[in-house]
Formats: sequence, structure tokens, C-alpha cells
Amino acid sequence: MVQLTGITKTFPGVRANYDIDIAVRRGTVHAIVGENGAGKSTLMKTLYGMHRPDSGTIAIDGKAVTLRSPSDAIALGVGMVHQHFQLADNFTVLENVILGDEPTAGGVIKLADARARIEKIGRDYRLSVDPDALVEDIGVGDRQRVEIIKVLFRGARTIILDEPTAVLVPQEVEQLFSALAELKREGLTVIFISHKLDEVLSVADEITVIRGGTTVATVLPSEVTARQLAELMVGSELPSPETRESTVTDVEVLGVEALSLVNDAGRVLLENIDLTIHKGEVVGIAGVEGNGQAELVETIMGMHTPTSGAVRLESEDITGWSTRRRREAGVGYIPEDRTRHGLLLEAPLWENRILGHQTQRPNAKGVLVDRKGAKADTQRIVEEYDVRTPSIDVMANALSGGNQQKLIVGREMSGNPRLLIAAHPTRGVDVGAQAAIWDLIRQARAAGLGVLLISADLDELIGLSDRIKVLLRGRLVADADPRTVTPEQLGSAMTGAGGGES
Amino acid sequence: MSDRRSTGGTKLGLPTPADVVKPIALQRRTISFTGWRLAVLLGGLVALLSIVRIVTGAQQIDSAGTVAAAIGFAIPIGMAGLGGLWSERSGVVNIGLEGMMILGTWGAGYAGTLWGPWYGLIFGTLLGGLGAVVHAIATVTFGVDQIVSGVAINLLGLGVTQYLSALVWPNQPTQSSSIPPIPTFTLPGISDAMKDVADKGWFFVSDVASVLRAITFDVPYTTVIAVVLLPVTFFVLWRTSFGLRLRSCGEAPYAAESLGVNVYLHKYIAVIVSGFLAGFGGAVLATVLSGIYREGQTQGLGFIGLAAMIFGNWRVGGLAAGSLLFGYTQAIQLRSGEAVHSLLLVIVIGMVLLAAWQFYGRRVVPGVVSLVVAGLVFLWYARTDTLPDQVAYVTPYVATLLVLSLASQRLRMPAADGKPYIKGQDH
Amino acid sequence: MRRFWLAVAAPALALVFAVAVTTIILQVSGHAPLQAYKDMWDYGTQPDSLVLTFNLSTTYYVAAVAVAIGFKMNLFNIGVDGQYRLAALFAAYVGGTINLPAPLHVAVILLVAMLVGALWAGVAAVLKNRRGVSEVISTIMLNYVATGILAYLLAEGRFGVLAQGSNNIGTPPIPASGQVPGIEVANLPGPFHGATSAIYGMVVVAVVVGVGYWWLLNRTRFGFDLRASGLSPTAATASGVDAKRMVLYVMLLSGAVAGLIGMPQLLGEAHTYNLDFPAGLGFTGIAIALLGRNSPVGIVFGALLWAFLDVSRQILDLEGVSKEIVTIMQGIAVLSVVIAYEVVRRYGIRAQQREVGRQLGTDEPVLVEAGA
Repeated sequence: MVQLTGITKTFPGVRANYDIDIAVRRGTVHAIVGENGAGKSTLMKTLYGMHRPDSGTIAIDGKAVTLRSPSDAIALGVGMVHQHFQLADNFTVLENVILGDEPTAGGVIKLADARARIEKIGRDYRLSVDPDALVEDIGVGDRQRVEIIKVLFRGARTIILDEPTAVLVPQEVEQLFSALAELKREGLTVIFISHKLDEVLSVADEITVIRGGTTVATVLPSEVTARQLAELMVGSELPSPETRESTVTDVEVLGVEALSLVNDAGRVLLENIDLTIHKGEVVGIAGVEGNGQAELVETIMGMHTPTSGAVRLESEDITGWSTRRRREAGVGYIPEDRTRHGLLLEAPLWENRILGHQTQRPNAKGVLVDRKGAKADTQRIVEEYDVRTPSIDVMANALSGGNQQKLIVGREMSGNPRLLIAAHPTRGVDVGAQAAIWDLIRQARAAGLGVLLISADLDELIGLSDRIKVLLRGRLVADADPRTVTPEQLGSAMTGAGGGES
Repeated sequence: MSDRRSTGGTKLGLPTPADVVKPIALQRRTISFTGWRLAVLLGGLVALLSIVRIVTGAQQIDSAGTVAAAIGFAIPIGMAGLGGLWSERSGVVNIGLEGMMILGTWGAGYAGTLWGPWYGLIFGTLLGGLGAVVHAIATVTFGVDQIVSGVAINLLGLGVTQYLSALVWPNQPTQSSSIPPIPTFTLPGISDAMKDVADKGWFFVSDVASVLRAITFDVPYTTVIAVVLLPVTFFVLWRTSFGLRLRSCGEAPYAAESLGVNVYLHKYIAVIVSGFLAGFGGAVLATVLSGIYREGQTQGLGFIGLAAMIFGNWRVGGLAAGSLLFGYTQAIQLRSGEAVHSLLLVIVIGMVLLAAWQFYGRRVVPGVVSLVVAGLVFLWYARTDTLPDQVAYVTPYVATLLVLSLASQRLRMPAADGKPYIKGQDH
Repeated sequence: MRRFWLAVAAPALALVFAVAVTTIILQVSGHAPLQAYKDMWDYGTQPDSLVLTFNLSTTYYVAAVAVAIGFKMNLFNIGVDGQYRLAALFAAYVGGTINLPAPLHVAVILLVAMLVGALWAGVAAVLKNRRGVSEVISTIMLNYVATGILAYLLAEGRFGVLAQGSNNIGTPPIPASGQVPGIEVANLPGPFHGATSAIYGMVVVAVVVGVGYWWLLNRTRFGFDLRASGLSPTAATASGVDAKRMVLYVMLLSGAVAGLIGMPQLLGEAHTYNLDFPAGLGFTGIAIALLGRNSPVGIVFGALLWAFLDVSRQILDLEGVSKEIVTIMQGIAVLSVVIAYEVVRRYGIRAQQREVGRQLGTDEPVLVEAGA
């Protein structure tokens, strides 16, 4: 039995957990659900010893424990598989698994020993991976298996999984769940964080709902529906991404013809991509991370030169244009990773407004930067897009993720873009901001904007898109009609287990 | 133009790991130079030098004396490079190696003249480590930009040694008196036999004999120590748990942290070891190569060591090769202008071979460029008898630039090298 | 307002620390620290010393700006030293061999200097762009190569002529039309009153460089791109900045300004490039840029302070204190300043996050995103 009582944890300016109570019985799968930003990960990091709670107690099998570091947690049989994998790409699977707990003889690693142990775990729990493969070379599902093996290698009896299905397609989720069932059979305890309610309902024995940093309810899956759970999570009516009437015109705004991209090592990243987006249309791209979505977006933005093929913006061939020129021509870009590609974290908001548009009004006059114009426009964006900030002079990293994203959306929508490329636009964003961003995209679409939408959230894709295409191994392999397709069908197409039109 | 619809997906099973498309990653063409490839490469190199020696008559191009000097210089360069390797494998860039080397030379000069050469080596090594402690504090604890800190250390190293010199040798602050020499060893039978063969001037055989003579005659024990440190480093970093953890700090420090590895500790150790090595390199420079401490005697060897590390792709074997290469350019520049002049011919032949390979790979334009360069260098060779001293002086530095230009793109440094690490701050 | 105090706190603390450590070293080596400081101050505030300090600081300022232009973009142009010496040599040679009416002659000299400096820096930029060579190592190597080239060219029959009655080789002296007169300050009231030497006319160039640097950085699009590339290269690329072009332009600019480093000395005093021409100014520039945190105003204070220390340290010899102690003080100051800046920067971020959290949320906890 793992028990957390009265846990509170505060960070500067943020109260992440407040008076949390959770009890998890041995040999069960216990799910913790809550929206993005509710405090789930922080709680689990506390259980894993990555930080100390400000108050409250943790008890494992009846004994109160103090966890000063992950090593303490590991020693007590707690293991954590993080949402963002903690793996060294340049190391082999074996090296990643044994790191920190190497079998040694006088300091020297016993490689054969380690390999044997890993292979045994693979057989026992049906989680096999090649120990000598470089992590960089293996796929996402395999990497997750490595993370789980890592945890089992250290003799964990309690395993915490943080949003494990975020990067998996439905078929891989099934595999994961059967692995979890196996673990349960062996008597291990699984704590499972998620915001995907149907998955949670199908696999958990007990569910705890966290909202606003505190526990709201603990329920049994048999007693509750997904809708009810969702309302517990949010405390109010859920927004839905569903779009109603079609606003698709027949004027093309983006044309991608036979686009191919091969990297220096000869790897085919994009193969023969054909794509058209019309004004007033949202085209969604579905695909497992790593199948070429990022490369497609970056090539359309001009950050890679295609090996062959062309990109057209309305009637102009922009294949040879620089990123700057494309932006000036009216291409907006909401990047997948806003802290790395969308913002200057240590610059004030008004300078971030200029980013991406440094050559256009109102940010610039000729070769000079128009500070007054930029500041005024930033103020407008803050008001129109409901960016919660005390002023436009604060640095971007003082804002929450949702507000950062709203700023970026506002920035990209200003200047009347013709085409908007939105990559995972609501990733890491709280539900309120997510609804706002969906609304913004719908409004822009109605105003004639063409949108290329990349998302891992199949509900978002289905709800917002007019057409969906599936990207697999760099090729567009399937089309789907969002009005009729189901997440399972999309998932099959995304992994190549089945496809075609639906 | 209409949107050509692509029809259905493949109906194969789930994708195997190899099928998943990799995002654009750094190329990893590490051609492993082991076994017969290495033998062929070395053999070819010796043959090339031998041909040029015979054609130009520049005996010094690979005489035993030159090879010995090359090895001599390779030691400080290699130790600095090895220091850089330790540090960068843990994720800390250490530009301050030059400053630590300077501290090492001074330490050897001071303690060596007072108490004997071995004390000089030890003291120089320790001083280098001291400089590294400062670098570690600035970069690991305070998170200062690693290059900035390294530059500051270089400035400080110079200042400190100048001050200390003025303090202890007020009459002659820019150099010390002679340091007594380090004992050397000689393999009696073999080294004489090799000398005889080398003197004969035969193609290839004599050149090999020169090399063997160089490593068996009058070899200082410090060379042995330095050479031993190479496989020791390999073993520690690649075969022990300490080494795995240290390398993990340079590849994925947050992953290591989540597994309970004390990243700060490993970085500190790595940086301090790098200081010891650089200090040792400086101490050897002063004690064995020059015999005295002289202000400014490092002449950029610390940076060349870093270049050797990069050339070696952050691995010990490559580092050794790079150090020998750069050591050779240092040696030849000092010993004979004639030999440097003959090196031009080596470059010509090398460029012609490169052009042939490029044509073979159907890269016509680069091939033509190589030929043109070969032609120009040949003209330069033919129209001069010897190179002016100043040109010879720049040989090692130009060589470094050339080597880095050719090699940099195919290399891969540790993934988290140079990135600041703050405990508890995931990503 | 708080930002101002934070900006000043760091260097102030660092200097205090540096002085403290130096005091300890002096004490331990058997000298009286306070006496040494007093001697330095007395000597350094004499009119002639002040003129010297001022002149020196103009050179230092230009050097620091040349370095800072690159540093602002995380481009480490350590080759400023080689760039300025080569530039000075070529500029001096051209200046000594041509003859043009006064303002034109000076302009040509300056132009040559800037071109040579830019070119030498450009080599490193090309190597970085096309071959991925780290500019840190390449510029350092180029420094040594520059030394070799200088030694080769500064010889009889090439660029050099033997000065009469001495062993010194220099470029042909620059005639009067290529000289910049000093500014007489001896009769002005104030600190310089009674000085026997003049302030470099080239101080104008230093001012222009400083103002230009500030303006470029804060008011132009190019400056915005430069700062963005320094803050986040990935975000800059996504925003349309051409990374390779930026590397090239910034290195060229840095090298061009580096070329001007030797100009105050060349045009205002030496009028020839010979073996006595000051060396190592590039490294001083690096230190001062770090001290002034690459800011146009901060560097002014850094340059003045450094110059004052360099001038006033001369007196220490007479008192039996080795003047290298000042070098140590300077080195410690640089190191502690960079540490202090980092500490202050991190504190500033956290403080602002707390403040924003406070101002926005009241009882509502501000939601932490992405996996909270």
C-alpha cells in the first residue's frame, strides 16, 4: 500500500499541490487524472523523491518514509517512467538501463551479467528490446519499453507511469496495457497518470481525480462515465473541438508537389508528398512522432531545402525562398516546441511580438525597429487574445505555457497570414487556453485562412480538420474524413496496420 | 492542380524499430580505424614520407630525431587533449586548458629547479588542477558560460604565473633556471640495430627503423607515463561504472540525475582531472622538452590539444593519432626548414590522391579543385628551395585549421557538451 | 528601476571581491596593501596619468566593443588580437607609402584597417559556416598565423624599413597628412589641468564606435536578429534569421571594428608599425567585454577602470611591489564578475516569475504547464 497524505508543494509563484490524499493498494493499477497543469506530475515527482513536499507524509507499506532523492525512492522499490523519456541517445539500451545501478566487480562493469538480467526481464514481462541497440535508433514504443525495463531492473515493486500513452497509437496502447496486466499479475503496483479518460476507464482499478492542485474525488471505473470524470477534472462543462459547417473554398493557398527530403546520411525523411490546402480549410496531419511531421513543417517553412519537389504559396513557387521571405509572404507558424522555436524566453513580451516578424510593420520601419509600434501592438494582442500578464515588459518565461501559446497565436494571426502552420498548438496548455486556441483557429478558418494542423491529439485533429492525411515513414499513406473516421482507424493507419479511406 | 490521393497504407505488420524514420540526426560516419585498415593507412603514410624523403633528399622528414621530437611534442598536446576529453565527456567545455598548462609549466619550473624534476612534475600537475577547480566552480556550481570561464582562466593563469615569477625570481622573471632532466631509458640492442638500418636510407624499411629507433632510444619516462594514461582513460571511462556515469553526464545529465547519479560530483571530478592532465602536459613541456620554464612557452599547445581531441572524435584512439599528427608538425617546423619545404610535396601527392578518389566518386568539381590546389602547391615547392622561418612557424597552426576543416563535419560530440546543467530543472 | 540596481550590483560586488582577494595576497607576500593602493591612486590621478588613462581607454573600448559584437551572439571571436595587429600593419604600410590630402589620407588608413580586420575574421566565419569548425579554436589559430605573417612582412625589403640608429624595424612613417592631432587639455580646468601630453584625437572614433554599437543593437532589425540569435539560436532560425549569414556578417563587423583598435595609437602617436607596437590588446578587449557584460555603457566603465589600473600600476615597481598583482586583480575581477552576472541573472528570472505569479493569481494557483 502506498499512501500520500496531506501533500503540499509550492514553487515560486505557483502552488502545484495542495493537501493531496491518495491511497494505492498493492497489486492494483491506480490512475490519477486531471487536466494539463493540475499538478499530477509534480505529485509523482514527490513520490519519486525528486523533490521534497513542503508538508504532508508519504507511507509505503505502513511505514512513513522520507525521500531525499530518487535513489531513496528506488531503494524503497519505487520506479518512475517519465513522460519525456530520460534516455541518452548515444548510449545503448543496456547502458541506459544499468546507469546508476551497474553490476560491478571492483568498479568494473560486468557486461555479460547485465545483458543476461535484461534479457530475463524481457522474457518475464514480455518486454523485449535488443540490449545493444543504440537508443537513438529505436522507435518510441521501444524506448518506453526500455524505460520500463530500467525500472524493473532496479527491483521496483511500485511503478509510476507519467502520461505513458501520450506518444503511442491505439495499437501500442493495447500492448502497453497488456504489459501492465502482466505486471499486476506479478504483484506489482502501477500508478498511472493520464488525461485520456477512455484509456483510464478501461485499464484502471481505481481512479483519483486531481483538479487545481488538490484531490477532488477517488472513484471506481465501474461507477463513473468518461463524461462525469471529465467534469470532475474541469469542474464545468467541457469544451469540444467540433467544427460545424464547411468554409472550404476552392482557392488554393498551399500546394506541395512531390516533395522529398533525404538527409546527408541517405535517410529518406519525406517521400513524394503531395498536399493542397485551400482558403478556409484546415488540413490535419496525423502520424506517430518521428515519421516526418517535423520535417514536413520545417521544409514548408524553409528551414530545410527539399531534395526534390516544390512548394507553392497561392500561385508563386516558394521552393527556393528563405524562411524570412516566406514569413513576409504571409505564412504564420505556431511551432511544436514554443520554448525552443517560438520565444525568446529572456526577452520581454513586446520583443517576442517582434520575433518572426522583424521585417514587417508594426514592428519595423525600414531597417529600424519600431519600438513604439511593437509595444502598442503587443498590448493589443494581450487584450484580444486574453494573455494573462501584468505588463508587456515582463520576460516571456514568467508566463504560463497557456499564456505563452496565446501570445504566439496572437502574434502569428496578426498581419493577416494566408497560411497558418500549427504544430501541436495546444500541447502543454491548460483547458481554458486550449478552448480559446481552438476558437481562434475556427474563426481564422472562417475568415479564409488555410491551416495545416499537426497534432498528436486525435480528438483535436478530428474535431478541427476538414480533411485528415496520415503521415507514415515520410509518406502520405492515407486520407480520412473527420466526420466519419474513428481514433482507432486513424491509429491503424498511423502505424501501417491498416489504412485507406474511411 | 488537384490533390492526388494516395491510396491505402501498407498492410504489413507493425513497424519494426528500424523502420521508424529517424529525424534528421547528425551523421555518424565513424569509420573505425582498427585492424587491417589501420595497418594499411599507417603503411601508406610511411611509404609516402619515404618516397618524398628519397626524392627530395630531406632526411629530416622522418628521421629518428624528428620522430622522437614529434613524440615529444605529442605528449603535452596529447595530455591537454586527454584533459579536454575527460572534461567534455562529462559535458563541460574546457577552453582554459591553455591556462592550466601554463600553470603546469610554471609549477615544474619552480619546484623542478628547487627540488628536482619529479617534484616539478607533481607540482605542475597540482597547479593545473587548482586552475581547474576554479573553472569547475564557475561553470558547474554557478553555471557561467563555459567558454567565458575558460577564457577568464587563461587570463588568470597568465597573470598568476607572471606575479609568482616576479616574486620568486625577481631578477629574471620571465624564465627560470634550468630544470634538471628526467631520466630516460634505452633498449640497448634494438635501438642500435635500428639506427644502423635507418642510416642506410632504404625505401620504407629505413623509415620504419627510424620510428622504432625513436621509441627505443633515450625515451623519457614521462612519455611512458603519458602513453599509459591513454588506455587507463579508456578503461576507466568505458569499462567502469564510474566512467559510465561520468559519460552520462555529458550525454543526458537529467536522465542521469533521475537515476540517482550525482551529476555535479562527476563534473567536478572530470574537470579537475582535466586540470591535472593539462598541468602534467605543461610540466612535461617545461621539464622534458625545454628544460626550463619560460613565459609564453605553451604557444597555443593547449588549444592544439583541444583540436586533437575534436579530430579524435572525443575518443582516446583518435586523440592519440591527432596528437602525433600535430606533434609532428611542431617537431618538423623546429628542426628543418628543408623538411617543411618537402612537406609541400607530401601535400601535393596527398591532394592528387584525394582528387583521384573524388573523381572515382564522381565528384568532378571538388576533384578539379583538388588538382588545382595540388598544382599551385607544386609550383610553390618547385620555385623555392626552402621556406622562410616565419612560414615554418605557422605550420602547426595551419595544420590544425586544415585538419579541423576537413574533419569537423563528420564528428559527433557528447550530446550535452557545453550545456549548462542545473539540478532539478528537467530539460 | 530594479533592473538597473541588479545590473550594477553584480560588477560592484565582483570588484569588491577582487580587491579583497588582492589585499590578502599582498598582505601574505609581505607588502602593505593600503599603502600600495594609496600610491596607485596618487600616481594615477595626476594629470599626465589621467591623460594616459583616457587615451588607453579609448583603445581598450574599441577592443571590447569588437569582442562584444560577437559575444552578444555567442560567437566567440578570440581572434581580435591577430585581427588588429594585421590591420595595423597593413594600414600603417599603406599610410606610409601613399600621400593624400589630410582628411582623405586618414580615411584611407582607417578603411584599410577595417578591411583587413574584417577579412581576417571572415576566414573564421567561412570555416565555421562551410566546415563546421568552432570559431573559438579557429580564431586562436589564426592569431598565431597572424603573428607569423607579421614577422614575415615586417622585414626589410617587404613592409619594413630599418629605423635609423636602432634595431627597430617599422613601416615607413606616416606623413603629417595621415596623422591625427591630439586635443590639448593642459589649459582646461579640471582633472587634466597641467598635463604635458594631449588626448588622442581618435577618441572621436571610439565614441562613434560606441554609439554605433548601441544603436545597431537596440534600434535596428539587424541588431534584433543578432540579439535573438544570441538568446535562442533555434527561435531565431524559426523566425527567419539566416544563421550562416548572421555568423558571417557579425564576424566581419567584429573584425572591422577590431581593425580600428590600433588606430588611436597609430594615428595619434606612433605613426608607424614597428616592433614596439602594443600587443595583447585583443585579450584586454575580451576581459573588458566580459566585465562590461557586452553592454555599450558597461564597457565604458570597464575600459576606464582597466586603463586606470594599467597606468597606476607602474608606480608599484618603485615601491617594491610586483606590478603583476594588478593583473591578478584584473583576472579575479573578470572571473567574479561573470559569476556574479550569472547569479544575478538567475535571481532576476525567479524574482520576476514570483512577481508575475503574485500579480496574476490571488488564491488561484497559477497552473504549471506541460506535465504538472
